[in-house]
Amino acid sequence: MEASNLKLSRRELLVMSAASATMMAMPAVAAAQSASAGRARPPVNAPVALRVNGHLHELELDTRSSLLDVLRERLQLGGTKKGCDHGQCGACTVLVNGRRINSCLTLAVMHQGDEITTIEGLGTPQRLHPLQAAFVRHDGYQCGYCTPGQICSAVGMLAEIEAGVPSHVSADLEARPLLSAAEIRERMSGNLCRCGAYANIVDAITDVAEGKA
Amino acid sequence: MKSFTYEKAQSPAEAAAAAARIPDARFIAGGTNLLDLMKLEVETPAHLIDVNGLALDRLEPLPDGGLRVGALVRNTDLAADARVRRDYPVLARALLAGASGQLRNKATTAGNLLQRTRCPYFYDTNQPCNKRVPGSGCSALEGFSRPLALIGVSRTCIASHPSDMAVAMRLLDAGVETVKADGSRRVIPIADFHRLPGDTPQHESALAPGELVTAVSLPPPLGGKHYYRKVRDRASYAFALVSVAAVVQPDGSGRVALGGVAPRPWRLESAEAALPLGARAVTEQLLAGATPTQQNAFKIPLVQRTLSAVLAEAKG
Ligand SMILES: Cc1cc2nc3c(=O)[nH]c(=O)nc-3n(C[C@H](O)[C@H](O)[C@H](O)COP(=O)(O)OP(=O)(O)OC[C@H]3O[C@@H](n4cnc5c(N)ncnc54)[C@H](O)[C@@H]3O)c2cc1C
Ligand code: SF4
Ligand code: FES
Ligand code: FES
Repeated sequence: MEASNLKLSRRELLVMSAASATMMAMPAVAAAQSASAGRARPPVNAPVALRVNGHLHELELDTRSSLLDVLRERLQLGGTKKGCDHGQCGACTVLVNGRRINSCLTLAVMHQGDEITTIEGLGTPQRLHPLQAAFVRHDGYQCGYCTPGQICSAVGMLAEIEAGVPSHVSADLEARPLLSAAEIRERMSGNLCRCGAYANIVDAITDVAEGKA
Repeated sequence: MKSFTYEKAQSPAEAAAAAARIPDARFIAGGTNLLDLMKLEVETPAHLIDVNGLALDRLEPLPDGGLRVGALVRNTDLAADARVRRDYPVLARALLAGASGQLRNKATTAGNLLQRTRCPYFYDTNQPCNKRVPGSGCSALEGFSRPLALIGVSRTCIASHPSDMAVAMRLLDAGVETVKADGSRRVIPIADFHRLPGDTPQHESALAPGELVTAVSLPPPLGGKHYYRKVRDRASYAFALVSVAAVVQPDGSGRVALGGVAPRPWRLESAEAALPLGARAVTEQLLAGATPTQQNAFKIPLVQRTLSAVLAEAKG
């Protein structure tokens, strides 16, 4: 009985993913259901000053622009990656005022005055950030697509541990969080790696967290 | 995504008035749910009111010993607050069981309460869905209903409420503080905040047009042992199939609320009297009258087993 349940849900899942693939390809179908359908809305621009990796950029942006798209397409900072564009993979992780967020699920116009740091701002090929060096040393990647997001996320995550933020796997909510592999895995669960480099990613982060890097 | 005009709100009352006055206006807080839905054109606001600049990101003690949580306090900050960890651990646990570190850094208290269902047909604009297009039909009834609700539902909609945090808020009997478009203020008990679908599944909360959530107030701490046990398809970063929030007192009395089974956090105070009798008795009362689909009937024994595990731990 349990097995047939599983089979059913698997088949249904396949149907579902086919449906969502169609949806991604033809978002225009949705227009029919817009409450204000009938009149097309012209694009709206707004001025925004974005401070990215210490440089101020005065931009005129379509209000719809995600922070991710502006970083990649307007500022040519291609290190930050787009995986899912829906908050599900972590490839777009950047630091805003030192905190890690998904840059795909935030509007650029909402970040006037914020201090934004991307992978390009963490280190350079000549002067790697300790986490970048540790990822290289531990082979913390294969294709590398998720890596900038993993590294920005790890920087934010270590700061959260430092600040005493607990996690789902912390046994004692009031104690200082441990630096265990279980903690790092849970706290990094918002960063998927399609190549499955997880074991080496955890090793790289552990090295830096323990001050070995 | 449809284009929209954008403004930064200047004060809570002005934000509420603007939201009621401007056609198709929506508040945006963390944006983690609204923007996701706007990209798919499930939501198509013509105007966004950014409430992030309003000073609603504070936690303050209340004279009665409770705690007021600003509407814009981020999920990370709420879970990390020393008072929440000490006095309301069920809330900290529920928050930490949800989403990812990155998302919790953006997600706000009000946005989390008002996040919309993860029903796959609600997300898919090619499919009928009464919540998205009233009167178009419910694709889930005969479709993929495994993650959806089995109690409090109607023939029009069986969507489940996806929030973990809201389940803990319901357990704690929080109050949702708001300001309306005319500037008046009120407190909505969390038990009345989320609406059941009935014939109008598009109306999900008790909020009036334009009404802005300003804070959520927590009553004085309950003491006892706190649990938030979430069962999901993978160990992290997934929505609940079912979840059990519980506070158990030394004498065996307590409170129980469920997530993943209903269109809102599910709690029946009357069922809690059965706690000393065990998980089976409580589950029977909590889920009496449930109308599961073939695909989600497994949630009934799953609730009972999860509650049973929680009660065993509370005894131990
Ligand atoms: C990949 C992924 C996984 C997730 N997993 C989980 C999970 O496991 N558990 C869980 O509980 N959640 C999960 N979430 C959902 C997440 O918790 C919500 O997206 C988040 O809490 C919404 O908060 P926000 O501030 O970003 O809301 P927004 O997106 O800004 O707003 C959401 C809604 O609330 C309204 N709103 C916002 N603020 C106010 C206000 N002050 N007054 C009135 N209305 C307001 C907005 O108009 C909008 O309709 C997940 C999300 C993603 C993308
Ligand atoms: S369950 Fe509700 S949200 Fe899902 S398809 Fe049916 S009407 Fe839409
Ligand atoms: S691209 Fe932002 S989370 Fe996947
Ligand atoms: S290294 Fe390829 S996705 Fe992570």
